[in-house]
Amino acid sequence: MPLLEFDDVHVTYRSREGDVPAVRGVSLAVEAGESVGIAGESGCGKTTVTSSVLRLLPPTAKVTGQVLLDGEDVMKMSFGRLRAVRWGKAAVIFQGAMHALNPVQRIGQQLAEPILLHEKQVSERTANNRVGELLEQVGLPASRARTYPHQLSGGQKQRIMIAMALACRPKLLVADEPTTALDVMVQAQVLDVLSELVRELGLAMVFISHDLSVLSTTCDRIAVMYAGRIVEQGPAADVFDTPLHPYSAALASAFPRIGDPRFRYAPAGLAGDPPFPSDLPTGCSFHPRCPVVMDECRVVDPPTVRVGARSAACLRVTGAEDVA
Amino acid sequence: MTASVPVEEHTATAVPVVEARGVQVVFRGRGRGAAAHAVDGVDLALGRGEILALVGESGCGKTTLARTLLGLERPTAGEVLVDGEPLGYRGRELKAYRRRVQLVLQDPTGALNPRHTVYEAVAEGLRIHGISDREEERVSAALAQAGLRPPERFFLRYPHELSGGQRQRVVIAGALVLEPDVIVADEPVSSLDASVRGEILALLLKLRDELGLSLLVVTHDLGLAWNIADRVAVMYLGRVVEIGPTEALLAEPLHPYAQALLSVVPEISRVEPVVLSGEPPDPSRVPTGCRFHPRCPALASGAAAAAGVDGDCRGTPLAILPGSGPHAVACHLAAATHPAD
Repeated sequence: MPLLEFDDVHVTYRSREGDVPAVRGVSLAVEAGESVGIAGESGCGKTTVTSSVLRLLPPTAKVTGQVLLDGEDVMKMSFGRLRAVRWGKAAVIFQGAMHALNPVQRIGQQLAEPILLHEKQVSERTANNRVGELLEQVGLPASRARTYPHQLSGGQKQRIMIAMALACRPKLLVADEPTTALDVMVQAQVLDVLSELVRELGLAMVFISHDLSVLSTTCDRIAVMYAGRIVEQGPAADVFDTPLHPYSAALASAFPRIGDPRFRYAPAGLAGDPPFPSDLPTGCSFHPRCPVVMDECRVVDPPTVRVGARSAACLRVTGAEDVA
Repeated sequence: MTASVPVEEHTATAVPVVEARGVQVVFRGRGRGAAAHAVDGVDLALGRGEILALVGESGCGKTTLARTLLGLERPTAGEVLVDGEPLGYRGRELKAYRRRVQLVLQDPTGALNPRHTVYEAVAEGLRIHGISDREEERVSAALAQAGLRPPERFFLRYPHELSGGQRQRVVIAGALVLEPDVIVADEPVSSLDASVRGEILALLLKLRDELGLSLLVVTHDLGLAWNIADRVAVMYLGRVVEIGPTEALLAEPLHPYAQALLSVVPEISRVEPVVLSGEPPDPSRVPTGCRFHPRCPALASGAAAAAGVDGDCRGTPLAILPGSGPHAVACHLAAATHPAD
């Protein structure tokens, strides 16, 4: 049984201008010990999907379909149960979360807080020991518990956020753009820490990023989202090296292979902007920006087809059976 | 996508547009705090119509060097030359210089006033510099050059009505409206979406090709350098440690630091990554000898000792690299193993 399963999840935001379908039928499973990357541009719905895991969406959001966490339907949990599951079973590292550290409290206290709140039987002393272990897990000396946030660099603060997410020994880690503001070398260090945690603790990880090259080094599988749908899914190396969907191809070539003459003096971009979810194009929602668009694409919304271990939603991809 | 001509033929002989010579920038510590040597002796020349990428980690001094070239920071020692003449720091001279050298920052959302329309944002530079003739014509030409067409449609829009890529184009238009010779771009695409990134880089290339602009791009992104730069300068702790044409430097980096930076670029088929531990050391305590030696993987692995240079690495400082010319590296090991360079 997968640790996390989305089954045909739709999320619609109600607004004064009418309903805005932000996520339109996402199905995805993540096993324990596996890391899955979700790629896509701002506004494609990737953060909305992952916020549904812990029911962190605003009240204007209407969710249909099932989100199963360890076999349990998240949408049907009581509020008390939900509070226990948040942080205890699944934890989120939010984008830019390192700015959310309390500047006037020592790191150790901030790390101990969720442990003391979630596990009432734990004494303060045990909690402090666990803080030391957590810091070592993310590659920082335990003595850092005594520091304040301003004494740490960006990369160190990001490690603290990872340690904090791990505080209650969750089984699932959701990382939303955890390395976006970091330097290449520090990014490499943080990615190493995350990959090691997945391997050693057998965590399941959902990793959100717009950078397909980062996902390809960290994740086992990648799902590419466009305008609220998963348009391609498959093993990370395949999606990055030989993308099936033209949108994945555009994302993959946005970060050039250094040394490859095809990218020299030829930055690859994708013209146009993603559509507004309230005003989606007819047919394939990617067709206005698609470099290989056909007449049919303007009218037919492509079904998701399976190609070996992969799947894609594009009329140019001929696959075996319809899985949508 | 864009046909671009490398500019090596006219960089070698012509006088650089902007040049740093022996530039040092020292920030005094507060109280008894030690002074920070943010830029610690750098020669760097930007040729006419050249795109130069200045790469390195946060805290290596690359932004301070760029600010010094813009005249926003006065060098503690050394000088900045403009068309071969020393830059004057009197008010009027600086104002005239800043019209020629424009800055584009990382985060377009932060760079634009949310209560100014696109027209006002782009026209602001003209007003500051007292250019009042043909204002509307100039603004619309700059917007069109930045790829916002038809420009009139954008005049009355506010930043929140634009996408991230469009906002960055507005910022670029604000720089172009003063018809500068040089644009300094500090991480111009790092806050943008992957799909928009290529579009903005293609725009920068096009501006060089069509307007003959010179570009200094400050970045930690080596992929960006491979995409658009003619030359790359790698900075570490206040010094340029390797400089050369992009193809040569990125195909075969000679400095262990440049090799490490290249090895951590996330890609699937790649060399074994060399992840350096720790952050760049403190510019107020520059190590003796080669400033990279405490983190150097070649020294730690014994490669430097095998070549008999480990003593030099720890004790002998390296010379400042020339700011133009062929591929050059400041490394004792590379000097011993690649004597031709």
